[in-house]
Amino acid sequence: MSNMNTAMIEKYRNNFLKEVEANVEEGEWVKMCMQCGVCSGSCPLGPYWDHPPQEIFMMIRAGKREEVLSSSSMWMCTSCYNCIARCPRGLPITHIMHGLAHYADRLGLAPKEQPTRKFAKHFWDNLTKKGRVNELKLGLKLYFMNGFGEGIKTAMKMKDVGLGMWKSKRLSIGELWGGHSIKDTKGLHAILNKAREIEEAKAKKFEG
Amino acid sequence: MSEIVASNETILVVGGGISGMTAALEAAECGKQVILLEKTPALGGRVSQLYRYFPKLCHPTCGLEINLRRVKANPNLRVLTMAEVTAVSGDAGNYSVKVRISPRYVNENCTACGECEKAVEAEFDDEFNYGLGKRKGAYLPHKMAFPQRYVIDPAIIGTADADKAKEACKYGAIDLDMQEQEIELTVGAIIWATGWRPYDAARIQPYGYDRIANVITSVEFERMADPYGPTGGKLLRPSDGKEAKDIAFIQCAGSRDRNHLKHCSRICCMASLKQSTYVTEKHGEDGKATIYYIDIRAIDRIDDFYRKVKENPNVSFIKSKVANIVEDKETGNPVLRGVDTEGYHRYENPHDLVVLAVGMEPSVPADAFPVDVEINEEGFIEASPDNGAVFAAGCSSDALDVNRAVQSATASALRAIQVINRAAGTEG
Repeated sequence: MSNMNTAMIEKYRNNFLKEVEANVEEGEWVKMCMQCGVCSGSCPLGPYWDHPPQEIFMMIRAGKREEVLSSSSMWMCTSCYNCIARCPRGLPITHIMHGLAHYADRLGLAPKEQPTRKFAKHFWDNLTKKGRVNELKLGLKLYFMNGFGEGIKTAMKMKDVGLGMWKSKRLSIGELWGGHSIKDTKGLHAILNKAREIEEAKAKKFEG
Repeated sequence: MSEIVASNETILVVGGGISGMTAALEAAECGKQVILLEKTPALGGRVSQLYRYFPKLCHPTCGLEINLRRVKANPNLRVLTMAEVTAVSGDAGNYSVKVRISPRYVNENCTACGECEKAVEAEFDDEFNYGLGKRKGAYLPHKMAFPQRYVIDPAIIGTADADKAKEACKYGAIDLDMQEQEIELTVGAIIWATGWRPYDAARIQPYGYDRIANVITSVEFERMADPYGPTGGKLLRPSDGKEAKDIAFIQCAGSRDRNHLKHCSRICCMASLKQSTYVTEKHGEDGKATIYYIDIRAIDRIDDFYRKVKENPNVSFIKSKVANIVEDKETGNPVLRGVDTEGYHRYENPHDLVVLAVGMEPSVPADAFPVDVEINEEGFIEASPDNGAVFAAGCSSDALDVNRAVQSATASALRAIQVINRAAGTEG
């Protein structure tokens, strides 16, 4: 368990709702939920969540910190925004789900093998390198995410699509070596480093 | 039409529903001169369209009859139907009100014999039954309509139907040359009682009111239950005319929702509880009602009613706002989908018929008031000193049940009387 996690447990002892309000993006909305359940019923992936959004909100209020933060539920969100569109109280549910996922990840409690989380990490690494998404590399990374054998199999299955994209100039083999980038990658990295610095400084306050 | 005498000691009541009638009667019975305007051809408003009242389950026709007797008996009260306010100017104690009176094409000679109705062929959606049935081009708005006088639909004027109606009338009551009239009234105070209308259910997209035949609104269901209604009191499915025995009620259909009406409409919980008794009343043991709700708001003395309904094993409650409704194409059954809050169970429940307990919205849109009053976020009139001597009564002031609307109407009558007394110099 990370230091930050221990610090947070200490700080918000028995009040997980307060912890969420202070640390999770849009977390201050959680208390506004009136438990009507329209979000859970409207979620296209709803049946595959361990705990639908409505239940997550109730669990937060009930102080079920471990269960919530280590849950794979909020990682199931595909950002379709159906819940936000229908929520009678106007809760930004999609954003709260991403906020919870991000917070759980920062605390080191997020489920390691959750595929959305793994993909999000690959995507981020890929994007930040050059400031542009290298689709060829990202695609290959995704194919081989679950091992070499499966990667080859997926690559073979998708080869016609790839070939078609290459022929219509939607995909360049050259991307494998370096790939295209923004004009000022150094500037981008400086911005990202600064953002990380600020975030870590914020988190540090709770450590030690 | 005879001359209407009005002065700054006259109270104008706009709207002839239960609130407007009550306010007008209370003021007139206190000896004040009152003019009551009603936009439609008859008094009674939405209350006259109810089958039963909650919580006593008595019939509103009974109270309506008493009120109509009071109206007929009072020489201080003038009733103008088919009349609409178009402009108001002036200040408290001295208002000038422009009123547009639409032609009824039927004069005082009418005995309500119904011969014109038989002669006319054209049919229109019946407003009184929320379009569930048809009425003729010459019609009596409803059984207890006051005045008991027929109306000719303006759409048949100039057609052969209109001439047929005229020919059929033995009393010379039909006057096809009647024109729209514009009159101006001087009054001291105005009671605004324009009431409510059901929220447009088609705007609640996931519930498919506009797509699924067997999804109806609570006001339509109320008409269905009435023995004098479009189905003769039978609860029938619009898709195939079969009797609906397993009926679902969806609460907060449009209310307490930032996408629709922000406010709680107050009446819908009790209305659905009441309507669940219709299901047992019509079908006995075979009738099944299921109420989907966020929370049941049955306050103070009406809580007893809620408890009584809960004791009925044929009425069940599911704590959940239904997410969406799809139609089972084979059976025509609406299928309700959602997740309940007591255990987070995902459900997919078919029912014979779904009744949306639609919310109340003010019948006059906020930007369409012909009078300068303060309107709140929900579109209701705020009690503000800036309103001068314009007082809201009943559902133009808030979402209210009949009981509270009548209280509000009496209060507004008292306020108006005080203004009139000041104008007459009898009160300081």
